Amino acid sequence: MIELPAIRWGEPYESLEIDEVNHFYTGEPVAKVHTVGSGIIRRDAKKAKNARRALQEMMPAELIAKCKKAGELFESGTLTVGDSTQSPADFIAQQSATTGMPISMCEANVTKNAFVLKNLEQILDCLTRGLDLNILARGYGEEGRGVTVSYQAQCDALGAVLPSNSPGVHTLWLPVIALQMGLVLKPGSSEPWTPYRVFSAMVEAGIPKEAFCLYPGAGADIGGAILASCRRSMIFGGPQTVEQYSGNPKVQVHGPGFSKVIFGDDCVDDWERHIDLLADSVYRNGGRSCINTSSIYASRHTKEIAQALAEKLGPIEVLPPDDPNSGLAAFTIEGSAKAIWGALENDIEDSQVTEMTAKYGERLVEKPPVAYLRPVVLHHASHDSTSRNKEYMFPMVNVVECPQAKMLDAMEYSLVCTAITEDEDFRRDLMASTEIDRLNLGPIPTPKLDWLQPHEGNLIEFLYNNRALQIA
Amino acid sequence: MTSLASDAAIAAAREQLDAHTVETVAWHFHESTGCPFWLEKKSELNFDPLTEVKCYDDLKKFPTFEDEWLRGGPVRRWVPKGLADKPVYVFETGGTTGVPKSRIAVDDFRTDYSLFSDTLPNEYFPKGANWLMLGPSGPRRLRLAVEHLAQHREGICFCIDLDPRWVVKLIKKGWMDHLEEYKKHCIDQAITVLTAGHDVKCMFGTPKLIESLCLELEERGTSLAEQGITGIFSGGTEFTPQWTKFCVEELFGGPPEESGIYMTPTYGNTLMGLACSEPVTAENKYKITYHAPQPRAVLEVVDFDNTDELVGYGETGRSKLTTLTKEFFVPGFLERDEGEREKPYEKYPWDGISGVRPFSRLAGGTTVGVY
Repeated sequence: MIELPAIRWGEPYESLEIDEVNHFYTGEPVAKVHTVGSGIIRRDAKKAKNARRALQEMMPAELIAKCKKAGELFESGTLTVGDSTQSPADFIAQQSATTGMPISMCEANVTKNAFVLKNLEQILDCLTRGLDLNILARGYGEEGRGVTVSYQAQCDALGAVLPSNSPGVHTLWLPVIALQMGLVLKPGSSEPWTPYRVFSAMVEAGIPKEAFCLYPGAGADIGGAILASCRRSMIFGGPQTVEQYSGNPKVQVHGPGFSKVIFGDDCVDDWERHIDLLADSVYRNGGRSCINTSSIYASRHTKEIAQALAEKLGPIEVLPPDDPNSGLAAFTIEGSAKAIWGALENDIEDSQVTEMTAKYGERLVEKPPVAYLRPVVLHHASHDSTSRNKEYMFPMVNVVECPQAKMLDAMEYSLVCTAITEDEDFRRDLMASTEIDRLNLGPIPTPKLDWLQPHEGNLIEFLYNNRALQIA
Repeated sequence: MTSLASDAAIAAAREQLDAHTVETVAWHFHESTGCPFWLEKKSELNFDPLTEVKCYDDLKKFPTFEDEWLRGGPVRRWVPKGLADKPVYVFETGGTTGVPKSRIAVDDFRTDYSLFSDTLPNEYFPKGANWLMLGPSGPRRLRLAVEHLAQHREGICFCIDLDPRWVVKLIKKGWMDHLEEYKKHCIDQAITVLTAGHDVKCMFGTPKLIESLCLELEERGTSLAEQGITGIFSGGTEFTPQWTKFCVEELFGGPPEESGIYMTPTYGNTLMGLACSEPVTAENKYKITYHAPQPRAVLEVVDFDNTDELVGYGETGRSKLTTLTKEFFVPGFLERDEGEREKPYEKYPWDGISGVRPFSRLAGGTTVGVY
């Protein structure tokens, strides 16, 4: 069993309160995690400027090179993590053991996180839209057209309250170190692995350890202290969390994505060509990500689309996590899968809603102490259906029949929207929509991220204020 | 390290408890002195408390004490006839939703705190020093009790307002910014008192408020020690070993002999009075063990399902409280806390409880706030 101390600006801290992180199925302890209380976080927060100063000792290019090295170590190195050494295989096995995610999904997320670290230069180039990073480091500089530009850092360290269920989201905070800001992280209670391994890889690569705090502990207490102590924080959660922090400039909140694929009237008759794209968008990463498609809109053929999707997704079985074909993650919180299935059963009672996956067997698979939900495809005969945009944390998709003219209103918010249409007027309307964050024009799966595009909630805009600076 | 009590001391304490139990039951069930509630209950019992309670263990003959009996009026049904001519206080617990539990008090809170005073070291709680009360006010016992403690020790107590019911509501609503502001409002008042030349040396504070006070003083470039504080008592299930370690090592700057600040944990409520702790030290990994103010109150650690059975020493169970004073008699009240049963200690030769925390089977319904 591995023992993970809390990390306070790089220094390990042994707490008297230690949580066990257990195997999702056997209940066997996999890690002992030293938890801290909010007071430690608030006290440590006063030293955040030291983290930034330590990072400012290095130029952005140097930090980027070290992040690249860290990416390699994260992906392939055997690292000291807590009181043990951890190979990539150990990491994946531990992550799968405590989160219930299939091994293949954990491996995919390693690749994804390592890619971001190894390609930070390009990613930051895109996030800054080509700004010389030395301008951020110095605070001001020449833009190239004879104008002085200045960026004011909004914090010394970014706080992040991390989730337990989706290791892929760590890509969002990974670029922070290269921006010369520290990291104050609350690891997810069943997924402490990624932040600890990133910390280890970064320190091994030569990044000052005093740039990092890792605070395992009780969610509300620690999360509240991080959000209160850091001038900029990100948090991951459900609609309630999103609502709680919406409009708070200090907090960037990441919740459900309500991502969609929509067909224009000009392309919908060719829907069969895109059925693999639709299935991939719903199913990739176990349907757990905010970028997974949760609703598909079309003006016609929706019953056939739903039926074809059900044929592809409906038979998918629950497999052991180490099976290479395993694509469904376990719900490790007791009763949660059953509760979600109960909510879906309510949705299905609506006369406009038909469950297309019913004939492929039971959807709720209980394997105490955990449970699984097999993919669900719901057909909505009209865009009036109240559950048309609902999203759950597994491969579940609503296929909604809706006239093109009403689509934009009926769709509501989308983190990612893939629009399969060549209709210029429709494309113009989509471009103008303020309800769509990432717009894919053409057949691009919603989970496919071009890292050279800014992600939602651009980190640069969150961490830096573009200000006026005049020099006499 | 812990010094266990001798067998003789344990036996003597038990004898005293048995005698006190008989005396207390006699008072509460006698027509001339008992309270209306117990006199009425007496008719429902299948035994006669006046003749059939001969020792503490005989209290098991009483049915389980129900929380609900303490909710709602008329509160005078709890006033013993033998004390009917005295001024009566009422103290409440909970109350964020529904009717709070309440108990009457005449002098118990003063007695509890006078006895507790004897356990405080004069070196750190000097006689004549003034006090700061940084905790829940309103219908709580604590404000009056701490004020009495200060007066008993010849000092004067400065108090701040804190409404814990509002704090719990803020947490339940998710209004964390408001919670922060309210906490800041309380801490600002405390710092105003501490910096106004009132010669405050001792204080009561809840763990979270002590923490916030220290952090805010640090923010202002000073410290509790610099403000003259030498003695603190605090309490509650949030007073954990880890919190104590952080507080002593980092907020105070070391153990009492280095920092000059002595802090003692307590565990109390309106039914029990104030349980005292064995010394809490780094050598003992800041383990916190409480002993009830026996014989006025008895704390037992009982089996979760069979609440008449004690668990073994070191084992985990639910906290069960019996109140035995002339003002109030409560046999076998099951607390909303659990912990480990501890052996009798030399100063308190009866069972103790350590690791007190919210009862795990009820924990989901408990909201812990700044208080």
